[in-house]
Amino acid sequence: MPYLSLTEEEKKAMLGSVGVRSFDELISDIPVSLRDPKIDLPSSLSEPEVQALISKLGRKNTSTKDALSFLGAGSYEHFIPAAAIEIVGRQEFLTAYTPYQPEASQGTLQAIYEYQSLMTELTGLDVSNASHYDGATSLAEAALVALKTTDCAKILVARSLHPHYRETIRTYLAGTPYKVEDLGFDAHGNFNLEELVKKLDASVAGVIFQTPNFFGNIENLEGVSERIHANGSLMILTGDPLSFGLFKSPGEWGADIAAGEGQSLGLSMSFGGPYLGYFVTSQALMRRIPGRLAGLTQDADGKRAFCLTLQAREQHIRRERAGSNICSNQALCALAACAYMTLLGKKGIREIAEINWDRASYLKSQISSLKNFEVDPTPTIFNEFRVKSKKPFARIEEKLMAQGIFPGVSLESFYPELKDQFLVCATETKSKEDLDRFVEALAQC
Amino acid sequence: MLISQDDRLSFEKSKPGRRAVRLPKARFSGADPLKDIPKGLLRQTLIGFPEMSEPDIVRHFINLSRKNFSVDTHFYPLGSCTMKYNPKVNEWAARQEKFTALHPLQTEATAQGMLQILWELEEGLKEISGMDRFTLQPAAGAHGELTGMMLVRAYHASRGGPTRTKVLVPDSSHGTNPASAALFGYHVVEIKSNAQGGVDLEDLKQHLDEHVACLMLTNPNTLGLFEKNILEITKLVHQCGGLLYYDGANLNPLLGIARPGDMGFDIIHINLHKTFSTPHGGGGPGSGPVGVKKHLIPFLPGPLVEQTKKGYGWASQSAKSIGRVKLFHGNVGVMIRAFAYLKTLGKEGLRKVSEAAILNANYMKEMLKDTFKVATSGPCMHEFVLSLKSFSTQGVHAGDVGKRLLDYGFHAPTVHFPMVVPEALMIEPTETEARETLDLFIAAMKEIALEIATDPEKVKNAPYTLPVRRPNDVLAARKPILSYRDQLREKLLAAEIAA
Amino acid sequence: MNFPENLRYTKTHEWIAVQGAKAKVGVTEYAQKEISDVVFVELPKAGQAVQQAKMAAVVESVKAAFDIYAPVSGKITDANKALEANPGLINQSPYADGWIFELEISNPAEVNTLMTAAQYHEAVQQAPKH
Repeated sequence: MPYLSLTEEEKKAMLGSVGVRSFDELISDIPVSLRDPKIDLPSSLSEPEVQALISKLGRKNTSTKDALSFLGAGSYEHFIPAAAIEIVGRQEFLTAYTPYQPEASQGTLQAIYEYQSLMTELTGLDVSNASHYDGATSLAEAALVALKTTDCAKILVARSLHPHYRETIRTYLAGTPYKVEDLGFDAHGNFNLEELVKKLDASVAGVIFQTPNFFGNIENLEGVSERIHANGSLMILTGDPLSFGLFKSPGEWGADIAAGEGQSLGLSMSFGGPYLGYFVTSQALMRRIPGRLAGLTQDADGKRAFCLTLQAREQHIRRERAGSNICSNQALCALAACAYMTLLGKKGIREIAEINWDRASYLKSQISSLKNFEVDPTPTIFNEFRVKSKKPFARIEEKLMAQGIFPGVSLESFYPELKDQFLVCATETKSKEDLDRFVEALAQC
Repeated sequence: MLISQDDRLSFEKSKPGRRAVRLPKARFSGADPLKDIPKGLLRQTLIGFPEMSEPDIVRHFINLSRKNFSVDTHFYPLGSCTMKYNPKVNEWAARQEKFTALHPLQTEATAQGMLQILWELEEGLKEISGMDRFTLQPAAGAHGELTGMMLVRAYHASRGGPTRTKVLVPDSSHGTNPASAALFGYHVVEIKSNAQGGVDLEDLKQHLDEHVACLMLTNPNTLGLFEKNILEITKLVHQCGGLLYYDGANLNPLLGIARPGDMGFDIIHINLHKTFSTPHGGGGPGSGPVGVKKHLIPFLPGPLVEQTKKGYGWASQSAKSIGRVKLFHGNVGVMIRAFAYLKTLGKEGLRKVSEAAILNANYMKEMLKDTFKVATSGPCMHEFVLSLKSFSTQGVHAGDVGKRLLDYGFHAPTVHFPMVVPEALMIEPTETEARETLDLFIAAMKEIALEIATDPEKVKNAPYTLPVRRPNDVLAARKPILSYRDQLREKLLAAEIAA
Repeated sequence: MNFPENLRYTKTHEWIAVQGAKAKVGVTEYAQKEISDVVFVELPKAGQAVQQAKMAAVVESVKAAFDIYAPVSGKITDANKALEANPGLINQSPYADGWIFELEISNPAEVNTLMTAAQYHEAVQQAPKH
């Protein structure tokens, strides 16, 4: 058995030291009827066999490196600097435990602290936690914070939020006395201010918008936070943090909480996870933040030191009084984002956003000129946009997949009213040739 | 000096004009952000990211990593955490581009290898635990518990009948248990433990009525003992119409020996980052798949993986499903590691793991029992608890011993948990440790016991050989400094702190 | 340990200083010692109704959070804002500067159900030490 060093000889000797003759004496508390269950598993494989199996299974996949992919919708293909991969691969980061013993974990703690610092800069808000499981759960937690802070019972959620976010929020709030109500979108896919104003009443704890939203639109939230605050509610914003390098940040929009998905900050798509939920708030909400926080302090010798702080709010201390039950964060993913953001630096974080906007803008204008496709020119986009196909999208998808192109995510399965519409994403990973090849293939449809 | 003394942040090493990653210069659209994007949508404030060169950044982070203890560098006997070796072939598997470059919304036909892994992992978990179906969505143990509580609620709501408002947890349970229950408005009732850390049957019977929704248990319990009365307990709870939830944190010693499904549990979560060897990453990502018995399958979050005529695919979500608990499919990268581990263990490996884990723990307990008070009597499973109460007369607490162990080159065991044992030290060696390592740890513990007798101050003020010593957590909580921005505001920059 | 004579006490270690129709509430010296360094206090809001023996405030140390129960029922009239900047006042001066909240008593008869200094002293002596 690999990874064990226990030999038969040692086993005998240790059983002797323990003072028993056979191993079964050590498990005598287990009722006999429960013991030795019939477990139907294949036999153990050696390492070469495991590697061969993994490779074989891998060959049954067509990844976004094998095909030309324009899939987005919440998970993005981005360039990851090699140095970031090396940093995250360090065993001392990878195989460390949660930093409950600060003296043994200054590496992890400082990395988390730097991640928190970078997130406050990027989002323009004041306090970041050490991360959540993903954007959806982070938003659900944000909703809970708003509900508990304001003592109101309703959350307004824009329908232009990622459907998985909306569903997760609903799952979390089901069976509680809290309610979720939708805010619709207009023909361009943008939120409707009149509808918001109408629905803002004394029962609203918070309002959640996404920008860029699920359709790729940058929302114009001018004056919105003022209205929401005048109503005594909180404004929660979610969105691809890479877009904040170019577009107005949640802090600038007046948000109280920025909570969402940080996968585009240096994490591979990996079929959906592990990802990174960011959670950043204004100073006023600091004591309400769920999850872990790394803080700066001094040690007994007056030296700078990092430690986990504000833990009394957390599950292992408050128990049933805890605001949330989150235990683990996504420390390694936060480290990956920290390395990514540091490597991009002040100039790079702006440039990468510009490049994404440039690639998508080029693609959008090219597709706009095709006669079988319609693209709405009105919305400002980041790196995704909606395309309406005049022919059934299923056919388009079939044709393009046969040429090794993933054309985009169908919107109809999420929004039945958006027939034959799909979401196209173009990041910095697409060359001009890639984009032209895609357009050419669409033109043939 | 081998470990860097430089404790500056990247922000404090920043110099204007320095760059690391360089990006393509070409632009295709001919558009200019300053002209073609409405001014009101553009970011106006600067992003105060650091400006450093790549060599300096790499050195910065690698030096940080060297300030960590980790399983790959140190023995980590943390009770209930199962800090076993993280196999490298698992890392190799998870890093294959054929998996990392998969988009979660790709068509089923293009992800058959991936879907097969998810299916076979689920099948393996089912066999090992004795459950009927799993959702792989939950991202961690606590997330699994939350999901479990939602399943409990949905199940009882669908049956109508009396309102079930109570969730029972042992007083020795992990903090996430009551937190998960309370989030859904359940009233949490603590059940007393007996001297073996097991559920006090009489106390349990007193609390069982038609208002009990669920009993949450971990077995072996947090004292490292198998719940002898488990079959009686599950029967009693089922009799009053309640469900049983199994916290999988302590599953390691049961592999191949006994299954929670056979004990009568209706819902379980498994911690892939404990039992299934995936790395802890400094605090995540983990993965907490939730398994259920048949009667709860309709309520599981979807979509679930199923076998189809063409191979594997996503089953459509059941109408009674509680809905998603997460974006996309769960922590797939972690699952790939667990899958590789499952394949490596195979049928034969299961019992080898549990036996070695149990033997290692009993050996340590035996070697330490003459120097320290063991909280329980008789054999233990994969972990055991010491009570260091007798040392409080010298003013030494369990936490101090944990800190002193760091000087001896061992990560501290779990300290001050479970709360039912005063001055507790919970020790779980796991199966991947060699006997010599255990002997070194035992020797260190005995030396520390001697130090407590002859020079308690030394233990009280430990550790001495690490980058920092006893960070002031009271100050950190009273005046939270949580980012570089806070430092700037409080004028707590590197030079001033060092003074 | 000091348990001022003019105060009344609860078995959950709160003290109450009755001043006519109002009363100030805090935690005893015994409590602050058990809690150890206070890092944060969650104060009640003015106007909030409280009930005898129900939670009215929360005191946090690094290690744990402690519920503070209202010794009598009433309505909160004031909370000690000084604790926001200096939660350690509870440790330094539990009976004076470390007061936590003030309330308007709704049912004066409840005051008589509380312990005197002597009774509280006795209860603390008998409390299990750990």
